[in-house]
Amino acid sequence: MVDLIQQYPGQLAAPATRPRASLRRFARRRSTTAFLMCLPLIAIVAGLIVYPAFYSVFLAMLNKAQTKFIGLDNFAYLLKRDTFRMVVEQSAIFALTAVFFKALIGLVTAHLVNNLPSKGQRKWRGMLLVPWVIPLALSTLGWWWLFDPTHSAFNWLIRGFGGNEIPWLSNPYWARFSVILVNVWYGAPFFLIMYLAALKSVPEQLYEAAQIDGANAWQRFVHVTLPMMRNIIAITVLFSLIVTFANFDIVQIMTAGGPRNMTHVFATYAFLLGIRSGDLPLGAAVSLFMLPILAVSAMFILRGVRRRGREIG
Amino acid sequence: MQRSTISRRDLLKTTAITAAATVSAPYVRHSYAAGKLALGLWDHWVPGANNTLTKLCNDWGEKNKVEVTIDYITSQGDKDILTASAEAQARAGHDIMSHRAWQIQVHRAVLEPLDDVVTALIAKAGPISPVAEYLAKTDGKWFGIPTTVGSQVKPCCSRLDLYKQHCGVDLTKIFPPNPNRDPKLVDSWNYDLYLKSAEQLFKAGFPIGLPMGQTSDAIDSTGAMFRGFGSVMVDEKDNIKVDSNETRAALEYFKKLMAFNPPEVYAWDDAGNNRWLISGKGAGIQNPPSAWAVAKRDNPQVAAQCWTHDMPRGPAGRFVGQLPFFYGLWSFSQNKPAGKDLLQFLSEKDQSRQLVAASVGYDLPSFKSYYDFDTWDKVEPPLGTVYNYPPRGDEQPTITGYPARPDVATQIYNQSLHTIMVAKVTQGDEPIDQVIKWAHGELEGLLRA
Repeated sequence: MVDLIQQYPGQLAAPATRPRASLRRFARRRSTTAFLMCLPLIAIVAGLIVYPAFYSVFLAMLNKAQTKFIGLDNFAYLLKRDTFRMVVEQSAIFALTAVFFKALIGLVTAHLVNNLPSKGQRKWRGMLLVPWVIPLALSTLGWWWLFDPTHSAFNWLIRGFGGNEIPWLSNPYWARFSVILVNVWYGAPFFLIMYLAALKSVPEQLYEAAQIDGANAWQRFVHVTLPMMRNIIAITVLFSLIVTFANFDIVQIMTAGGPRNMTHVFATYAFLLGIRSGDLPLGAAVSLFMLPILAVSAMFILRGVRRRGREIG
Repeated sequence: MQRSTISRRDLLKTTAITAAATVSAPYVRHSYAAGKLALGLWDHWVPGANNTLTKLCNDWGEKNKVEVTIDYITSQGDKDILTASAEAQARAGHDIMSHRAWQIQVHRAVLEPLDDVVTALIAKAGPISPVAEYLAKTDGKWFGIPTTVGSQVKPCCSRLDLYKQHCGVDLTKIFPPNPNRDPKLVDSWNYDLYLKSAEQLFKAGFPIGLPMGQTSDAIDSTGAMFRGFGSVMVDEKDNIKVDSNETRAALEYFKKLMAFNPPEVYAWDDAGNNRWLISGKGAGIQNPPSAWAVAKRDNPQVAAQCWTHDMPRGPAGRFVGQLPFFYGLWSFSQNKPAGKDLLQFLSEKDQSRQLVAASVGYDLPSFKSYYDFDTWDKVEPPLGTVYNYPPRGDEQPTITGYPARPDVATQIYNQSLHTIMVAKVTQGDEPIDQVIKWAHGELEGLLRA
């Protein structure tokens, strides 16, 4: 952005009014105005995200009573615990499976919506975004009622069709399936909208050229659509991976980590140890555990995005 | 310049006498308390119960010229725990807060010792529940006052008609709504009879429902049953005791008992067992009278058959899970004298009587001398249904995790080691020895400094 600085010769000539003039000049800069307008947001980000993030790193290096600095002992302790290793495994299963299906469903639905006649497309786009718009805690509660251990609405339907009831939340493996299903239901619209935007930005000429070259629909998808969408796919997957690894609401409301701790993810386990069991440093260590892994993957993904951006540019 | 006529020896003597008098004297309420008090109190689920508490606080405030403001905070989603944690970290917020069971231990570094108030209360009301003492007293100091509001035990709540029809057991005879119990009949209510009845009720299509998830109802009753078999996870001296014949016996028992429970108990939250009883599908649960109270509103026919009574007796005794609530006064409060005054006022017998009545007998004071309130005699239907809710006979209150030091027990409780062990054995079909080994490993971790 180029700053627009307006200068007034009369003011420059009068040294007595220089501080006042420079202040006015400073205020008239567009970048200054932009900065001032962003200041509340910067303050919120600094106060509610940056400070707590650094504080949680500090907290994770204290002993339980928060009286002694113990370095990485909390992390070393966690790595020795069976339950924590299970939580790592579950979080990975939860995040990777959910992100994969969200991306897949988002991609397929985006194509379907993109191919709809433009007249009715807006309605479909609106309807498909509904799961993403409803507050997550509220929609999860709705899902919990559908999966209710004793009075499940789904089981009522299954019974009606003569089938056997499914232990949605009482069997650990079905419970894992249920929490992943709800996460996919909630998150797929985000992928849909991002992919739809990406699809709309692919120049029509590329498809025409491919068609002239004799490419069929699959070949056009693989050689035109996918390469043009790679950056958006990479960024949405990265963003969703980070958010899904940090998911709390769905698991806490539906299973609270049970049965047998087999649905805990990092956030719910951190809450259990940090808030419920009163060991804040250990809870902080659990929540920070994925930070280095996610940070490194974010670095690689974003480097790829930048490289491809330069190639296109 | 005038020289002091008090010698160093006199000064020391006077100081010592004053200090001794202050420590040993009972707490006396001040009439000059003034200023403001902000209270963050547990939001009672019984309609109208909050109003009685508000009225009591306001009456006290008016009398003592203290401006009292109350925020009722729900325990749904642990909002009360989160609020207390935030206030403890920020060293700001209310003056007095409600704390559930272990939270006094969690926050004791920022709680004001309340020995003077508790000592005065004990002097008046007699002995206090040992569970409350275990949870709120550390290094000889009380950091919380057990409240009437919210405190509870979790005895059996059974269907009279189903037990009579399918098991031939008349629970009103074993546990009558008066002090005239037949010790022989009470003795017959043991874990063998409980298992036999569970099997008969299961076969009749009305299983009992014991939650085996990771929420408080499940943890409290399962812990009490383990204790009934004499099983201890960690003793007072940090020795891990889980690998014992008592633990094996308890797990063997659960293996048989859980086969007669509905399979969904592993996913029940604290409302799951209530709904089970209220729906009419279940013959018995272990719960405070909340399930009965909701049944009275939603399914009166079921409520008319509910009877709250003692837990079965095990080889090591008859134990019932207790979950006391506490009031804590933050050390950063600006009005500690007024806070202490109010806490003492709320804990006295007359106020407790009104609070118990407002909760229809759900709230259970921590002083045994308060068990003579007539609310428990009068509540119906059926008349006397909750008479046996306060532990009256040989039933002893306990809390899951006891007797480990509270730092460790908090984690045993909150990480649901007991119910996970049972679920591993009964739902996961894991060998008992393997499960005990797993628990041993977890406990080693919990004992770290």
